[in-house]
This record gives sequence, structure tokens and C-alpha cells, in this order.
Amino acid sequence: MTGCLTIGFSLGGFSYGYSSPFGQELPESLKRNPNINAWLEVLANGNVRVFTGKLELGQGISTAIAQVAAEELDMQMEKVEVILAETGRTPDEGYTAGSGSIEHSAMAVRYASAAAREKLLQLAASKLNTPVEQLNIENGKVGIKSGNHTLTFGDLLQGKQITDEVHLPVTLKPKEQYRLVGKAIPRADIGWMVKGEPVYVQDLRFPGMVHARVVRPPAYDAKLLKLDEQYVQKNVEGLLKIVKNGSFLGVIAEDEYQAIQGQKLMRESCTWSASSLLPSTGETNLKDYLINLPVESERVREQGKITSDNFTHHAQYFKPYIMHGSIGPSCAVAFRDKDMLHVWTHSQGVYPLREALSKMLNLPLENIHVKGVPGSGCYGHNGADDVAADAALLAIAYPGKHIRLQWSREDEHGWEPYGSAMIMEVAANLDNAGKINDWKYEVWSDSHGTRPGGRAENLLVAHYLERPFIPKSGGFSGGAYRNAEPYYAIPNQQVDAHFFKGPLRVSSLRSLGAYANIFATESFIDELAEKAGKDPYEFRLMHLEDERAKDVIRKLRELTKGQQTIEGTGIGIAFSRYKNSASYCAVAAKVAVDTKEGTVQVQKMWAAIDSGEAINSDGLKNQTEGGMIQSASWTLREQVKFDDHHITSTDWASYPIFRFNDVPDVEVAVLNRPQEEPEGAGEAVQGPASAAIANAVYYACGKRIRDLPILPHKIKSEANDKKG
Amino acid sequence: MKEPVILHVNGKSHTINVDPSTPLLYVLRNQLSLNGPKYGCGLQQCGACMVLLNGKAQPSCMMPVASAKEHTVTTLEGLSQNDKLHPVQQAFVEEQAAQCGYCLNGMVITAVSLLNENPHPDDKAIRDSLHLSLCRCSSHARIVRAIKRAAKTV
Repeated sequence: MTGCLTIGFSLGGFSYGYSSPFGQELPESLKRNPNINAWLEVLANGNVRVFTGKLELGQGISTAIAQVAAEELDMQMEKVEVILAETGRTPDEGYTAGSGSIEHSAMAVRYASAAAREKLLQLAASKLNTPVEQLNIENGKVGIKSGNHTLTFGDLLQGKQITDEVHLPVTLKPKEQYRLVGKAIPRADIGWMVKGEPVYVQDLRFPGMVHARVVRPPAYDAKLLKLDEQYVQKNVEGLLKIVKNGSFLGVIAEDEYQAIQGQKLMRESCTWSASSLLPSTGETNLKDYLINLPVESERVREQGKITSDNFTHHAQYFKPYIMHGSIGPSCAVAFRDKDMLHVWTHSQGVYPLREALSKMLNLPLENIHVKGVPGSGCYGHNGADDVAADAALLAIAYPGKHIRLQWSREDEHGWEPYGSAMIMEVAANLDNAGKINDWKYEVWSDSHGTRPGGRAENLLVAHYLERPFIPKSGGFSGGAYRNAEPYYAIPNQQVDAHFFKGPLRVSSLRSLGAYANIFATESFIDELAEKAGKDPYEFRLMHLEDERAKDVIRKLRELTKGQQTIEGTGIGIAFSRYKNSASYCAVAAKVAVDTKEGTVQVQKMWAAIDSGEAINSDGLKNQTEGGMIQSASWTLREQVKFDDHHITSTDWASYPIFRFNDVPDVEVAVLNRPQEEPEGAGEAVQGPASAAIANAVYYACGKRIRDLPILPHKIKSEANDKKG
Repeated sequence: MKEPVILHVNGKSHTINVDPSTPLLYVLRNQLSLNGPKYGCGLQQCGACMVLLNGKAQPSCMMPVASAKEHTVTTLEGLSQNDKLHPVQQAFVEEQAAQCGYCLNGMVITAVSLLNENPHPDDKAIRDSLHLSLCRCSSHARIVRAIKRAAKTV
């Protein structure tokens, strides 16, 4: 049951609305941290300080959380500050991932702030000897509606914090009274960024801070045989320490450029063992290699019964390894201060990182303090945890100074965990009315989650130590079949997932398996629509039962009404509901294809998105615009390349992504549903965007490309011609 | 070997004792504690490290600091005058032209450089001027809008 029953009534002109206790549910993080002062504090100057266990990644969550708190407490945005994830200070909310920050953290803050409001009103009622219903709360003050006397939050709390636990029912502010939530409140941090104020972990500076670089092996399983330390010592001015632990190598110097030179010389003066070969058989053979690996299988869905093997249509799709490609390579600062270890990191999970570090370093949890500081956009599990672990090791080896460790571009491109390559096979039967009767889907994939999660062996450096932590295979496999189950109403369905252990390091990349599964599903839906002789919009609508799903599709049709296509251009559409339970998104793409050169220019993209209650409508738009363009880059450009030894996509020349002249115009319509649960929007658009482009390419030139990325030689190749 | 290098940055002169082959980026960030130019690749492929050299956008990640010594260097910090934002900075705020914002330095510096030469650029001129600058969060649409907005006020 979504939404909640709201009853509003007025007493003396002051409206209360409360949600029926049957509709309310406390968010998980609030249940785990029920005290109000775990989430907010009132400061001496009347400001409110809010604590979140999430990290600002550029998704605007610190602003959205401030909006929610300011709304419930009737304060100005400028008077609310947000403290981001920090061990021992903020609640432990696990990972900033899965588009869960609004649903979990912001909602915890909403309930805690509303409960704080109730408490402040009760305190004022007692102090002013007036019933609560006759009180007014505004700008950090409580007063009698008809009177002049006001009390500040400080007056009411007398230096104490509100330690009460939050219990249902909680009186939330009625949505009709919202001043901030749902609006496009500008982000304060963008104001800091334009001025070059210190915002990022890369900007941290401490007195006496020193600089470090690491040297990674030439291959995943190469071992360090020899290092000519003396040569490096002699030739690097300002060298402070060379750190060697098993096959882990680091260099610390006074000055950053000295550390860079140290890194270069270290690379030149070490020898490594031979390593096992990677299956570098070229891009078309990667699919064949992977699909023939031994697998563990799981039946994800079985509904009805597929009785025939004779399908109307079947097709195979492929997605290569793709990388996060953060513009700012990962960075961390670590400081071993007597028996404490302090780490500043852009990790998406400071508590799980602390636990992993504790095990790796054999240090008690209480001796490790991890503070989250924004880095550049990460889009999932990139190098952030690993560089923090590297820095921690260096700090233990060189205590007493803050050590700033910066990964190079090559370190990040070559060692970050990628989004797994995936193969999808779809087969379906249409009945006489052109409706899908049977749907058989199989997906092959490696893991979509190897985050530290408290385990030392998931930290990159841990495999290379003198006493190594051996990575176990597996990891979060559920990500592979995210959105593998169609959201369409199909009577007989069978969905199977097969997990292989691939040659490259993998983990969570924005939307996990959903990007590839939706690419396959929505390309296939278009192929079926053609077989059924139906319009792509109509074909989808006739298979959906959820009105919200139909609404985003109808909205998209409205947005693209009147669009003309000339020879060589085409418009394609796609739909999905992220995780089949979160945001709804429909996307259209208009492309121009030059069949002679094979180039595809995405001219424009449209998206209609329904994320339930929108907290910050501009944040939603921003994430959706950016997500569509990022997906277009994945779809048309990206694949991680490797040779026999290691990754060869080590810079932006060898791993090209969209540049300004590749970027389409974008238009996003937000369907705001204040009465529905708020959902995150960071991963809703990537899947449908890719299929919309592939479908548009088909309409533009008759080529059905099923193997990503859609590169010129595939457009030019005969094999993809419209043949069925 | 360190030697004294004189730099003119954001209207001030500094004498810095540094290895003259150190790329300008690291001197600005470390010796001068500036945050504007950022490390993105060290290969002049991404534009995160852009500075204005005599009013023209240049990457700073490979340029030896010694070769900057006769020139005027301006970073993000030096764009605002007396706490008043430069029109480009103001436009980026108004258009909320950022998600993570890490690439923003390159975008703003390039835009200032562009508008210094071409006060009324069309879409194509804007996109062409940004050919060196990457944005992974993909705030491109907003960045172009911000630059167009700034062009109206410059």
C-alpha cells in the first residue's frame, strides 16, 4: 500500500494534518537509531545541525536533507547545517547506494525533525502554560499565535539536546503547507564550488601534511620480486619513506611532485613475477569467452508455464565491461596519531570501511575514525575505499603526519572495479492478438557488488600484503538480475541468472544489472512490437497494469508529439520501473545516423520521471538529465579494453567518453506525486536511455545493434541489417 | 633541485622555492593553497586543471611552473572581485550547473576565456570551446545554458 491517509482539521486557524498510524512506518535507519539527537542538535546560535549517515556525491542529498529538516521545523534553509557520514558522529546508514538516500536518510530526518517539533511544542506549552494547538512555530522560535512572547529553541532546551526516541504516530507537516519540500531549492555547495572553496577530499590540507603515491603491479596477480630502494632514495629529493608490504608499494615525500617522481622511479626500479594471462581475444570474442565460463545458476522467476520451445522471436544482447570513470581520481588522507587512526575519504560507506580497515590492520574499531568528505562523482564502488586503505597502511608505516594519497588517472582507470560485462538472451511468444504470452529470459554476469562491507579481503591492497587477505568469489549477485524480470503483464514467465567469475575486477556501477537488462528487454520489446504490427507506445501500454507506469509513457508521448524524422534520423522509446519497485521512467531518443561513416549523433533525449514525492524537483531533473547523457556515452562509446596482462584503457584517449559535441539536448518532465513514497532518482534513467537509443538507431537506418557499445563499424557491418 | 620562481597569481606576486619542472597545477594547489584548478588526469585530456594564462584558458597539469613566470595566472579564486561573483560564476549558480562539481573549474575558466574573446557565442562556439573539458556526471546541458546566460550579462 503506497501513500498514506491524511486527515486535516483546523483549530483556531492552525491546521494539523496527521497520517493515519496504519499508513506510517518508521524508516529502517531511524528504527536502528531512534533517539532524536542522533539525527539533530540545536546549536547555541539557534541553528540546527542535522546528521546523516549518507555522503554527498553530487546527487544533491545534503540539500534535500536540509530541506526536509527545515520544513518540519519551520526554519530557513540557511539555519540548517548538515553533517555528512562520519564514524562515531552520524548514524550508521551503511552505504550511500541503490538510490536509497531519500527513501532512508531523508525520511529518517523527516520523522526525527517532526518528532523534535512535537517535543519543542510540548516544552513551550508547558512553559507558556498554553495548549499546543494555540502555539506557532517559526524561524527557530515558538510563540502564542495571538501573542507576542516567543521562546527560542535554545530557551526551551536550556543547553540540552532532545534525547527522546521517535515513536509512531508522528505528526508530519501536511504537504499542502510545504514551503521548501518539492521545490527547486538551490544547492549551497554549488555556490562554494564556483568560488574554489574547499569542498572535496582532494582539497584537504593539514599542517605538516605530506604527499604519497602508490605503485600497482603490472597485472592483477603479479608479485613483487625486487625493488632497488637505494636507487629511488638517491634520486628523489624530499623522499621521506618507501613503504613496502608484500607486493604493496608506496612512496611518501614532502612535496607532491616529489612523490610523483618517486612513483615513476619506483616503477622503473622494480621487477615483478610473471602473471596469468587475461583472455584478450578482442571485443567480439569476449562474449563467447564469457558465456562459456562455468556458472552457478539461479531461477529468478517462474510464473505460469512456458510449454513451447517454438518462440515467435528470440535475440541475444551483450554489454561490455564499463568503468565509473570519475573525473577526479580517488584520494584519501590518513593520520596515525598515537593509537588513533584518522581517515578522510569519499567512500560511500564509512562504517563498513572502518570495519574492513580494522580487520586489515588488526586495529580495534574504536581506534579508527573515518570521516566522509565529498569526492568527485563516483557512480558506485570506484577506487575510494581502496585509496583509503592504501593511505591507512602508509599512515601506520609513517605515523605522526597527515598523509595525502592521490591515485593517478592510470591507477583509477586500471584498478577500479568495473561494471560487469553481461549477456542477455530473450525469447517470447505472441498470441493471435499480438500480446506476449510467454517470456523466457536469461542473463549471464559476474558480481555487481564487492564493496568492503566490513571485509578486509574486499579492499584492493589487502590481496597484496605480506599476509594477504584472499578474496572469496561471489559478492552481491542479486545486482545481476536487477530489472531482469519484466514489469509487463505476461502470463508465463521464466527468468534465470547465471553467475560466472570473469577476468576483470568488478563491483557496483550505477544501476547495477538494470542498465543491461533494461537495454535487452526494451530493445526486445520494440522488436516484438514490430512483429506484432503495433506502435511502440501502444505495445507497451497494452502490457502494463500500473497506471503510474502508463502515465510516464503517456507523458513521454506528449513530450515528443510533433517530432518529425527525416531520412537517416529516427526516434526510439523505452520504459522501466527501477528495481520494479522504485522510480518510473520513460525515455525517448532522437538520433541521426550516417550509414557511410557509421556515426550516430544523439540529437535530443526526453524523459518523463515519476519518483513519487519529489523532495527537490531540480535535483530530480539534474540527476535525470545527467543520467541520460551518461547512459548515452556508455551506450555509444564505452568498453574497457585489456591485453594479455592488464587493462589497456588507462586514460581518456584509450577510454573515450562523450565530449561536449556529442551531447544531445535534453528535456525532463517530473511527475510529482506528493502523496506517494519518495524514491531516489539517481539510477532510474540509464536503462531506458540505452534502449531508446538502440531503438532510435534501428528506425534511423534499419540496423538492429544488440552488442554494446554501438560503434561505427557495427553500423557499417552487413550482419546487423534489418532481416529479422 | 629547488630554485626561486616568481609567479603572478590572482593579482599577487609570489616567490616560491620549488623544482622549476613542477607542473604549475601542483604549485598552485600546494605551495599557494589554491583549490580552483584540480587534478583530473595530468595528461591535458580532461580540463579539470584549467587556469587563465593572460586571460586565456590553459591546462596547468603539464606546464612546468618556470614557464608561467612571465605571465599572469588567474584561478577560480581570482575571478570574483571584492566578494562579488564574476558573471560566469553567478550564472553557474543560477543554472545550478553542477552535480559533483569537480569539473566545474575547467568549465568556468574556459567560459571566461571564451567570453573574453567572443562575447556572444552561439551553441556551437560554446561546445567547441569546451572540447578539452570532460564532465562525467554529464551536466553538459546546464553548463551550456549557464554560459549563454553569462554571455547576456558580461
